[in-house]
Amino acid sequence: MTAAHRTAEEIGRTEAGPRPLPPLGEPRSSQPPATVDTVLGNGLRVVAARHGAVPMVELRLRIPFAGEDTMHPARAEVLAETLLTGTSTRDRVRFDTDLAAVGGDLQSVVTPEQLSITGDALADGLPTLLDVLADALTDAVYPDTEVAGEKDRLVERLAVARSQPRVIAREALQRHRYGDHPFVREVPEAENVARVDSAEVRTLHQESVLPRGSVLVLVGDFDPDTVVAQVERALSGWSSQNSAEKLPALPTLDGGDVQLVHREGAVQSQIRLSAQGLPRTDPGYAALQIANLTFGGYFSSRLVENIREDKGYTYGAHSAFEFTRDNGTILVDADTASEVTAAALWETRYELGRFALVPPTGTEIESARQYAIGSLLTSTASQTGLASQLASLAVLGLGMDWLAAHPDRLRQVTGEQIAEAARYYAPTAFTGVVVGDAEKLLPHLNDIGGVVVG
Amino acid sequence: MAEPQLHRLTLPNGLRVVLAPDDAPGRAPVVGVSVHYDVGFRSEPEGRTGFAHLFEHLMFQGSESLEKLAHFRHVQGSGGIFNGSTHQDYTDYFQVLPSAALERALFLEADRMRAPKLTEENLRNQVDVVKEEIRLNVLNRPYGGFPWILLPPVLYGTFANAHNGYGDFTDLEEATVDDCAAFFDTFYAPGNAVLTITGDLDVEQTTELVHRHFGDVPARAVRERPSFAEPFPERELRGHHADPHAPLPAVAIGHRLPDPVGELDAYLANVVLAAVLTDGDASRLQQRMVYRDQLVVDVHAGCGLMGAPLDARDPDTFTFTAIHTPEVGADRVVGAIDEELDALASSGPTAEELSRVTARWTAGLHRENDRVVSRTLDLGSAELVHGKAELISELPRRISEVTVEHVAEAAKALRPDARAVLELEPAGSDSADSAGGTA
Repeated sequence: MTAAHRTAEEIGRTEAGPRPLPPLGEPRSSQPPATVDTVLGNGLRVVAARHGAVPMVELRLRIPFAGEDTMHPARAEVLAETLLTGTSTRDRVRFDTDLAAVGGDLQSVVTPEQLSITGDALADGLPTLLDVLADALTDAVYPDTEVAGEKDRLVERLAVARSQPRVIAREALQRHRYGDHPFVREVPEAENVARVDSAEVRTLHQESVLPRGSVLVLVGDFDPDTVVAQVERALSGWSSQNSAEKLPALPTLDGGDVQLVHREGAVQSQIRLSAQGLPRTDPGYAALQIANLTFGGYFSSRLVENIREDKGYTYGAHSAFEFTRDNGTILVDADTASEVTAAALWETRYELGRFALVPPTGTEIESARQYAIGSLLTSTASQTGLASQLASLAVLGLGMDWLAAHPDRLRQVTGEQIAEAARYYAPTAFTGVVVGDAEKLLPHLNDIGGVVVG
Repeated sequence: MAEPQLHRLTLPNGLRVVLAPDDAPGRAPVVGVSVHYDVGFRSEPEGRTGFAHLFEHLMFQGSESLEKLAHFRHVQGSGGIFNGSTHQDYTDYFQVLPSAALERALFLEADRMRAPKLTEENLRNQVDVVKEEIRLNVLNRPYGGFPWILLPPVLYGTFANAHNGYGDFTDLEEATVDDCAAFFDTFYAPGNAVLTITGDLDVEQTTELVHRHFGDVPARAVRERPSFAEPFPERELRGHHADPHAPLPAVAIGHRLPDPVGELDAYLANVVLAAVLTDGDASRLQQRMVYRDQLVVDVHAGCGLMGAPLDARDPDTFTFTAIHTPEVGADRVVGAIDEELDALASSGPTAEELSRVTARWTAGLHRENDRVVSRTLDLGSAELVHGKAELISELPRRISEVTVEHVAEAAKALRPDARAVLELEPAGSDSADSAGGTA
């Protein structure tokens, strides 16, 4: 580096002195994309939107996929892993080769709530993408060898997943707040995976991979009417009178003690707190959204400014919503060094209390409001962003109309409505877990109270 | 593909500017703004590992015109998003905002380029934040830093190429405000940066705004960039790493790549080779190692240490990574890779393999281009590293021109006697069957 450099004081000063922040220009609104939202004869809802400047198409299929049986998560996981490995006309390599020819990809993943198939392709490859999808949906055979191979790999991958602190923390939080509700079974047990056989997977497919109650979102460089007709033709063989299985309603979340979960050798802890929120369809949702941003939902929030930018306890702190059908919860998280975990939990509780009691100021509200409106615009500016946004809305029964009207909803929220929404953040409304080195954490956590050893 | 029309200017203080207006019908009223500084962790001084990244954090902590936290509030309060990241050869800062906030974004970037406030309080605070970032991404996480921190010290011999870019805690703690001042004056001159603006913009008006806000950032001397070149290894190099959190062993292999700038076509042959090897279920190593022989849980090949090709100058690294079961052992994994490389070196890929790679690359670039944030960052880094933002739109054609012979040559050049092999071994009290399963 240069031997003769300016001092930090000299660098931070100019002759002209500080300058004023320029004002914002006139906001430009964008037209909502041309969209068709319809239900096909087989009961599948299709949302097709023309969007974006590149010759691509994005595909998102969401199939409700709940199950009460304790073996369901294991069977569902094996099904998701082997759905695209064999039909009477395609093997695993053929699937990949056909998709690659149109620059395409298809992947399936499963949660306790739904089976998701996500894909993309060059726009002129849409017929191939739909053909491959239809083939898997109507004719997946789950070859014995593929099922056996995937089971072995799954057992190993589950061990890798369960060594990740965030996975350990998520499982602990799920059990702590929802007991043995099927929603907690996000990662199957390895011994159950080992017991799955291919006949069970085939049966599960027949009974549960169903169009009625499911939704297919397509976003891309195409004419939506033409695309819906293409989908109708391609998926005509996918039919059933039964409806896809929806997750049973979640119990309302009550506040309570935080559970301490020991993780051997941890140098950092995962703080995970949760409280009841609102469904996205609730008239109070926009106010809660602005309240949440102000609390910890973006960088310029009270929680981040306190525990990261003031105290340096964490790299990231967040407050976010988790939506399931007819329900919404608030999730607050931060990862902190063992030495400062109790202090960070204390400051988080302090900010929750202050938030419920001292409502956001006008400046805080306007910043969060602009962010909510602007980030919706930037996140839906791409095909991938819009497709994912529409898919999450679609499973809640919402569509493009809701999305297009949301900026106005955010503009109309009042300070009183936000102060009311802030009461969802009362510390007593929260429960949660802390995962870390119990020996180091316990003395300080005992000092602040409200923590039980799990 | 639709090629963005690029406009360039260079200000008298040396700042290079790339404008890429998006004229497509139905475009969203959104702009992306990025500044790439020509300094990454290869440039940090000895004894100051992690300094380039730490400094990136400090560039958000206030300036002559804005108090601490104001930068975040002004970007987000205008409806925008922001971030920054540190790479081997550059550090970038970006914002994506509604186009009505373009001038504000330019003001914010110019303001910290001109006069950032570097204070003791902010430095100590951000050292703590960075240490938490390292605990999160490396120390507390299974496979943390694998392979980007762990492989370079096996493959490379010089401090610049081999050291930990995230930094050692001791070095971070000993960093001073005066180190920051020296780093800023040396590397954050306007003549050492590229400003990129994309999306919903008017070229003439934006040019005027760029002059207005960046025009009076004083020019400073830009030091000539040293070469980071070092000789290829003359034998196979071996390394071991004990990971206290990992449930399964893993292996990483590093090879030297052709110069990404000076030998671009040879480099791109390696990009195609990596895709033929591990991109998709039909790729050679997925087929053989995952599905047929069931040697590994997963396997990946790629150009670049940071997860993407064309992200660094010479020397750059071709990497293989695989997580495998203890019964299989690293040698069988490495042996299977060698056999597939031998097969490709002698016969090359099939025409179908080449065409699938081309189609997927074209589609992938379309998707990248459709996102304002990736379009902005890709154009900026291509301009900085390759002196050529146009490279981004040329890639599908250049990838499609890679031949069977080029890929065979590339496979042949990945020699076992000039590579680094890193074995990662689980070393925790957690074993594979109890790892957190009932936590």
